Amino acid sequence: MTDSRPVLTMTGISKSFPGVRALHNVDFRLLPGEVHALMGENGAGKSTLIKVLTGVYGIDEGTVTLDGEQVAFNGPMQAAAAGVSTVYQEVNLCPNLSVAENIFIGREPRRLGAIPWGEVRRRARQLLARLDLDIDVTAPVGSFSLAVQQMVAIARAIDVQARVLILDEPTSSLDAGEVAQLFRIMRQLRDEGIAILFVTHFLDQVYGIADRITVLRNGALVGEYPIAELPQLALVEKMIGKELDVLELMEEHPRQSVTATEGGSPLVQVSQLGRRGSVAPFSLTINAGEVVGLAGLLGSGRTEVARLLFGADRADRGEVRVDGARTGLRNPVQAIEQGIGFCSENRRAEGIIADLSVRENMILAMQAARGWLRPIPRRRQDELVDRYIKALSIRPANPEMPVRNLSGGNQQKVLLARWLITEPRLLILDEPTRGIDIGAKAEIQKLVVQLSDGGMAVLFISAELEEVLRLSHRIVVMRDRQLVAQLDNDDTVDADRVMQTIASGTEREEASR
Amino acid sequence: MSDAGNRFRTLLGHRLFWPVAVLVVMLAANTVYRPGFLAVELNNGHLYGTPIDILRLSAPLILVALGMTLVISTGGIDLSVGSVCAISGAIACLYISRAPDQDNLVTVLTALAMALGVALVLGAWNGVLVSVIGIQPIIATLILMVAGRGLAQLIAEGQIITINSGPYRAIGLGHLLTLPLAIFIALAAALLVAAFTRRTALGMIVESVGGNREASRLAGIRSGRVVFLVYVVSAACAAIAGFMMTANVSSADGNNTGLWVELDAILAVVIGGTSLAGGRFYLGGTILGALIIQTLTTTVYAMNISPQTALLFKAVVVIAVCLIQAPAFRAKFRRRRAGTPPPPQSSPQRQKEQVPA
Repeated sequence: MTDSRPVLTMTGISKSFPGVRALHNVDFRLLPGEVHALMGENGAGKSTLIKVLTGVYGIDEGTVTLDGEQVAFNGPMQAAAAGVSTVYQEVNLCPNLSVAENIFIGREPRRLGAIPWGEVRRRARQLLARLDLDIDVTAPVGSFSLAVQQMVAIARAIDVQARVLILDEPTSSLDAGEVAQLFRIMRQLRDEGIAILFVTHFLDQVYGIADRITVLRNGALVGEYPIAELPQLALVEKMIGKELDVLELMEEHPRQSVTATEGGSPLVQVSQLGRRGSVAPFSLTINAGEVVGLAGLLGSGRTEVARLLFGADRADRGEVRVDGARTGLRNPVQAIEQGIGFCSENRRAEGIIADLSVRENMILAMQAARGWLRPIPRRRQDELVDRYIKALSIRPANPEMPVRNLSGGNQQKVLLARWLITEPRLLILDEPTRGIDIGAKAEIQKLVVQLSDGGMAVLFISAELEEVLRLSHRIVVMRDRQLVAQLDNDDTVDADRVMQTIASGTEREEASR
Repeated sequence: MSDAGNRFRTLLGHRLFWPVAVLVVMLAANTVYRPGFLAVELNNGHLYGTPIDILRLSAPLILVALGMTLVISTGGIDLSVGSVCAISGAIACLYISRAPDQDNLVTVLTALAMALGVALVLGAWNGVLVSVIGIQPIIATLILMVAGRGLAQLIAEGQIITINSGPYRAIGLGHLLTLPLAIFIALAAALLVAAFTRRTALGMIVESVGGNREASRLAGIRSGRVVFLVYVVSAACAAIAGFMMTANVSSADGNNTGLWVELDAILAVVIGGTSLAGGRFYLGGTILGALIIQTLTTTVYAMNISPQTALLFKAVVVIAVCLIQAPAFRAKFRRRRAGTPPPPQSSPQRQKEQVPA
């Protein structure tokens, strides 16, 4: 569409980390007034390319030119000053500072050496108004939802007279309405001539907004394509570089094992479990070998249910039975003793211990359950860790690497391994596939099916309805922090019906029969 | 060059390379200034010499710093260790001073047990404030840092307690196998803490809690208990250090025993490579850090640097050590020497020139 000269060109970029070649001879160009999707699996090098571009990492080889001039930024601040702004996947704001302060931090307007706070607030309000956001700019950023925080981060980015705006998975924590709002803003900015580099794992979104696509695989460039010339299936093939056997396998599988529920015995039964201000009392039974999907909008109470079942938050009413016997789930230790595992949706804050190695992260839950006086023998550790690195194809396959050096999808797999090692009877997975590429996603979905076939109960939480429908024997629908329906996932249930239930909240268990 | 060069680079990249280099440079500088500096001689079956003195004098600091390492690893800090030194020293000395026979071994052991018991209670107090009540560690331990001095004064009734007890003095000045007993005590403590943390899973769990407390809790770790435990261990280490300090001078002074030792201990931990933000800890590094600080103090005395400028001298060296260790600073330094950014793969040659001497 646009035939103008590229605003940004990266040529022959290579970047290595100890033990990993993250990028190898990658070319990339960005035209003004386009939305350019950067696609690839986890660990394909998307994030690294962005960090190399903005100067977070140095470049081993290759050149970057901005408007025909060669540049080498020494950090995001310098990049932003030159017009290349970034909004990262995980919102990088200071939660304790106000919205206005966050927007202007590091480049506050000065008058006689002092900061004119009135002007700061006024300009912050203007910027947010451009994004159709009407919030109190003096309130701390941490008091707003992730979606609003994301908007604030974008407001901060576009204020810097950006010519290039990089959005690294901006939508992974947004609900559909917020995504639409974000897209409207992206189109508006694009029409103003800003070049937008967009990274996401949602294929629909790519086809909803992008003009061109660049695909990376294993740190190398696969190609650059206009959106019209690359149908969805072809894109997926280019990203994972192999036939779609895994995905097709998944497609054949759906709901075949529903019958397994018939023989399943109740594993966990909760009645009227609730917590004031968090989730209304709900009753739920999870059988052995059953996958229970938890559907609902962002903020509908999905995560809160999971946290109560794991004892991460303490319930203030209700009763829990495991194997028919009354028990308390007052803290994670008790839940783990009952054979429950929990992968939080918030990988970075509640999942990985960034400092520790892959091995240590994997054995952590098992070690905690044994107590520190009974260390797991090193040979046993290595055995377990090797097995799960292979089984989950964790890359790089180096157990002693600090887990922070792994890509998001691989960190997620490490967390899965942490719980699988404890051989739980109920595994609670809160958004296990969020921010993960399609290959890893299929692997995790396949794993869930395998685990339930092996008799493990899984509570599967996801914002992606399709995924919930595909994996679950039963679907629990949350709405406004209430459990509004439980649907057996038979032929009568499809995305529309679940959607309607989410929307209306009227469908009842009895009605589904 | 590649093989030897690579090995050299690995060596340079080792965590303990720069602290060791600093220690070596300091010892070398001393030897140049005073050729007999490193001399050790055997006299009456005891080894004497400046290196032995440095080891002996650094023993209390090593003890305090070991406990501090674990506390810092959990993301905390313990400012009260100096006061705990003073309190435990005062209790031990008070009990001995009132005993009919100060040379009685049972008396001394009873005194030590009592003082250690009180120190454990003080550690538990810190632990409860931090892990149960949730006060920020720096504030929680500041309470005991300030109040503890008063407590020590109270125990000693405002006096300096002087004792004349052979067994007690031995803790600071005694010898075993030609070497000062204090060295063995510090070594035993170091081995004990190392075994305690690295032979069990405690070390990993402490690092895990320090690295990410909420994630650790969700992995089933009782974070509170771990945090509580490290403050108790820290107080116990400080108590033993307090015995050494008071045994050295056969007297307990509530005002001055262990004064500012918390700052030296924190410094030793940081020089040893443990981050103040918590997470990974390095006991070997901490011991090296303590040795560096004591060597520095000895150097100041040996070189007759006037007391007025001694602290300044110390500060300059400490800043240099910290800067040399910081990868960010080294990178900047290298880049400036190389001329324009971005730096090409720096050669070992350039790094070699950089060693300060």
